[in-house]
Amino acid sequence: MSTLPIPAATDELELHSGTPPSSWSEFWRGFTKNKGAVIGLVFMAIVCLAALFAPWVAPYSPIEQFRDHFLTPPAWVAGGSSQFLLGTDEVGRDILSRLIHGARLSLFVGLVSVVLALIPGVVLGLVAANFGKALDSIIMRIMDIMMALPALLLAVAIVAILGPGLGNALLAIAVVSLPAYVRLTRASAMTELNRDYVTAARLSGAGTLRIMFVTVLPNCMAPLIVHATMGFSAAILEISALGFLGMGVQPPAPEWGTMLASARDYIERAWWVVTLPGLTILFSVLAINLMGDGLRDALDPKLKTAA
Amino acid sequence: MFFYILKRLAVLVPTFFGITLLTFSLIRMIPGDPIEVMMGERSVDPVMHAAALKQLGLDQPLPVQYFHYLGQLLHGDLGASLKTQNPVWTEFKILFPATLELAVMALLFALVVGVVAGVTAAVKRGSFLDHGVMTLALTGYSMPIFWWGLMLIMLFSSGLGWTPVSGRIDLMFDIPPDTGFMLIDAWRAQRADPSLNAGALWDAAKHLILPTIVLGTIPLAVIARMTRSSMLEVLREDYVRTARAKGLSPTRVVFIHTLRNALIPVLTVIGLQVGTLMGGAVLTETIFSWPGIGKWLIDAIGRRDYPVVQSGILLVATLVIVTNFVVDILYGVANPRIRHNK
Repeated sequence: MSTLPIPAATDELELHSGTPPSSWSEFWRGFTKNKGAVIGLVFMAIVCLAALFAPWVAPYSPIEQFRDHFLTPPAWVAGGSSQFLLGTDEVGRDILSRLIHGARLSLFVGLVSVVLALIPGVVLGLVAANFGKALDSIIMRIMDIMMALPALLLAVAIVAILGPGLGNALLAIAVVSLPAYVRLTRASAMTELNRDYVTAARLSGAGTLRIMFVTVLPNCMAPLIVHATMGFSAAILEISALGFLGMGVQPPAPEWGTMLASARDYIERAWWVVTLPGLTILFSVLAINLMGDGLRDALDPKLKTAA
Repeated sequence: MFFYILKRLAVLVPTFFGITLLTFSLIRMIPGDPIEVMMGERSVDPVMHAAALKQLGLDQPLPVQYFHYLGQLLHGDLGASLKTQNPVWTEFKILFPATLELAVMALLFALVVGVVAGVTAAVKRGSFLDHGVMTLALTGYSMPIFWWGLMLIMLFSSGLGWTPVSGRIDLMFDIPPDTGFMLIDAWRAQRADPSLNAGALWDAAKHLILPTIVLGTIPLAVIARMTRSSMLEVLREDYVRTARAKGLSPTRVVFIHTLRNALIPVLTVIGLQVGTLMGGAVLTETIFSWPGIGKWLIDAIGRRDYPVVQSGILLVATLVIVTNFVVDILYGVANPRIRHNK
């Protein structure tokens, strides 16, 4: 009799409180509520798979020239051949194969430039927030200077000095996107540093480094993740713009923007040479930005109500 | 207010010196010897080489070189183009109005279409129209504008023949470059000599349409998104509900009561778009062979005309920081909380 109520009570308690949703499933629910974000995710998953397995997915090598198939239109247009689904370019290379292999370059540039900007950006931002006024103003003034220059112009200048090519273009894009990460990290760290839990950590003897990276940083991650997503798509746009200006990845590498550099001459004769690489850039960037919007909705509920 | 301006100025000055340090370093970061780079493939006589180094002051210690460079700048000496031998400032003065004209038109286009689209989306929140406008805005924001320019040329210039492919005006017109703004110059030339320059203004306008759309696309997308979210926020305010409750017409509530306050954050965004516009001008001017400073800089980089690159970047950066300074001040005027907080 006396033992009876106890299990019943615990049962009831569990029933009412339930297990709290894990942060992952909560995030996933928020993310999938945004239809655009899901479409973007699916599209990018396909692009990533195509890039990973490019040599097996692409029908031909991206630089193989078919001498008797110059400027063949896509398969569904009169004069097209099912041999080249999206047609061929001015030297007879299969456009589909070039686009698939180009995805490798674009995704690589996006990923590496985000990492190259994110890590020093976060460290500098945390240093600026933690180590007093003097260091803070020095770092932030340098970032102001970098921000005063239009991103593309600064990237072009860096490439002009160091010479065109994938590595230098990557470096230029990373340098150009650095200030935004520094500002973002500093701003969120400043807010967090005034919170009670930081004071508590400090009182229990945590060192500055521990406060910076273990206590504060995880709570600054949401805006950083959203911004890194947008940075990824911006990097794809920038590498293609540099390629278009002849300062990015050099031909015959199948970079999407580089493919468009010579396309101008074919505006009147071969629309597919002009249209398809640009559409690929647009759809990829759009897909990533859609994911970015979804991430923001899921990670930062404050912004969601405002928008 | 006076102290607010002084404070902003105090930040501006070190930023400017930092930029001079950056442009100064640019030439010195070139791998190898600048003289050899300037001479290109030709071999350089060692005596001439030393003389050239001395003439350019490159044989002195770096700090001395930097102060020398600063001295030159403060005297208004920006160097001369290696190709044309013209002073950089003279070339900039001639080309800048072309870029300014294009940028102003692009910003106007972006502002008018962007605000209308943003307000429509906010008022019809959740509707088909709202989703359509926002999808278009995100597409515009994701646009590789150099490709967008190519597509528009392909469709409207080569395809339909509606607009010219490149340049600012047809060569058959004889337009004296009085102001440097083609719309104004063409209008004046047309009035001065109607027989020779009939239709010059219309021709100048036709040349502007596609570049304006291309350069304005990204600012347009940003302004539309910003206007929408800012409108939604203000529409929730109590005073808007009061205005509605008083029985004011929806149009009046939206345009008189809400839009005015919703536009404040939008105006700051416009200030931030100046940098985007200058970067976009590089691409837009390259595609449309628009004779502005974006194309000028790209051409200079292509032929390694370092004095032009160096001073051109300095001028553009100065332009951006001065514009942002002015926007900061205006924002302080519009919003007293800003100037008292910081």
